[in-house]
Amino acid sequence: MSTSLINWFKFASPASFYPLAGRLIPWFAAATLLLAAAGLWVGLAVAPTDAQQGEGYRIIFVHVPASWMSMFIYCIMAFWSALGLSFNTRLSGMMTSALAPTGALFAFLSLWTGSLWGKPMWGAWWVWDARLTSQLILFFLYLGFIALQAAIDDPRRADKAGAILALVGVVNVPIIYFSVQWWNTLHQGASVSMTKAPSMAHTMLLGMLLMALAFWAYTITMALTRVRCIILERELTSEWVKKNAME
Amino acid sequence: MKPRHKRLLLILAALAVLGVAAALVLNAFRSNLVFFYTPTQIANGEAPKNRAFRIGGLVKSGSLKRDGITAHFIVTDTAREFTVQYTGILPDLFREGRGVVAQGKLGDNGQFVATEVLAKHDENYMPPEAKNAVEQAQKAAKTLKQ
Repeated sequence: MSTSLINWFKFASPASFYPLAGRLIPWFAAATLLLAAAGLWVGLAVAPTDAQQGEGYRIIFVHVPASWMSMFIYCIMAFWSALGLSFNTRLSGMMTSALAPTGALFAFLSLWTGSLWGKPMWGAWWVWDARLTSQLILFFLYLGFIALQAAIDDPRRADKAGAILALVGVVNVPIIYFSVQWWNTLHQGASVSMTKAPSMAHTMLLGMLLMALAFWAYTITMALTRVRCIILERELTSEWVKKNAME
Repeated sequence: MKPRHKRLLLILAALAVLGVAAALVLNAFRSNLVFFYTPTQIANGEAPKNRAFRIGGLVKSGSLKRDGITAHFIVTDTAREFTVQYTGILPDLFREGRGVVAQGKLGDNGQFVATEVLAKHDENYMPPEAKNAVEQAQKAAKTLKQ
């Protein structure tokens, strides 16, 4: 008798992961819509005005979840990369490539909304402080990963090269996170962290967490959709794809 | 040990080495990575001389004087303080008692002449009513002490 209820290695095979991903996508897509609607409603309608920044602070409901997600997705990519390099599983590389564009999107969103927020509050669109600069590097790491994979024709070799870039770049993630503690920065410290009680009103926090969950669901939806395309593309000649395509 | 476990171990070891290397490099560049210098740091001569740099701290309450569009105010870190002179429009969040970062040069008379002033806000978000309550509680605590 097997010790684990789910045989994880079964789903490490693209042929069995493909239909599973297909079944999961609608659920996560629905969750994205519901959570984003709830999050935006709480953030824009329910949460109170901020005493310091007035209504302008509401961009936080996109800015912070997008920044969290951009860092988190990179960690997940590094995780899949380490798995792919050591266990030689094909699906790992596919998952890494499937996550990269969404990560780049969130990194861009974080920089863009941050810039829009910085001008009215700080008085500058952009400053070269440690937080902003390290986040910009993260965005470039995503672009570099996508470009590197696109430049290599053989998918297995592209996976390996990308995996090394993802693993090397992951060093940047703690730098982004702790930059506001380690150095003097214009960017303020974290409002929500593991070590202290959140320094914001409860409804504001609720809106932000709902948006964060919505971005999670969105990321999963997009990654699964994209990985299905990648699987089909790479396994085009295999028997199961031919059968599947006939359906 | 299977080869795949060896590879995983190798990757983890490489990541650890990379992490240590990054930590050492960042530590070496520590002084170049600060966005601003505090008044105490400037008073101790840590800020670059004859070159523009940024000063950061709190705007001292009651120190803001306006002369046309030229503003004078004192930046303090509660230990040391510097007078800052700035000609131009101050950002909306610029307030006495709040954080500020000004870029410019330190004049011979010890006055900091700024070319750019940025407002630095904290990570606390609360509705105005809650803020009033907090301020009143702080006032009450002060009077109790006296």
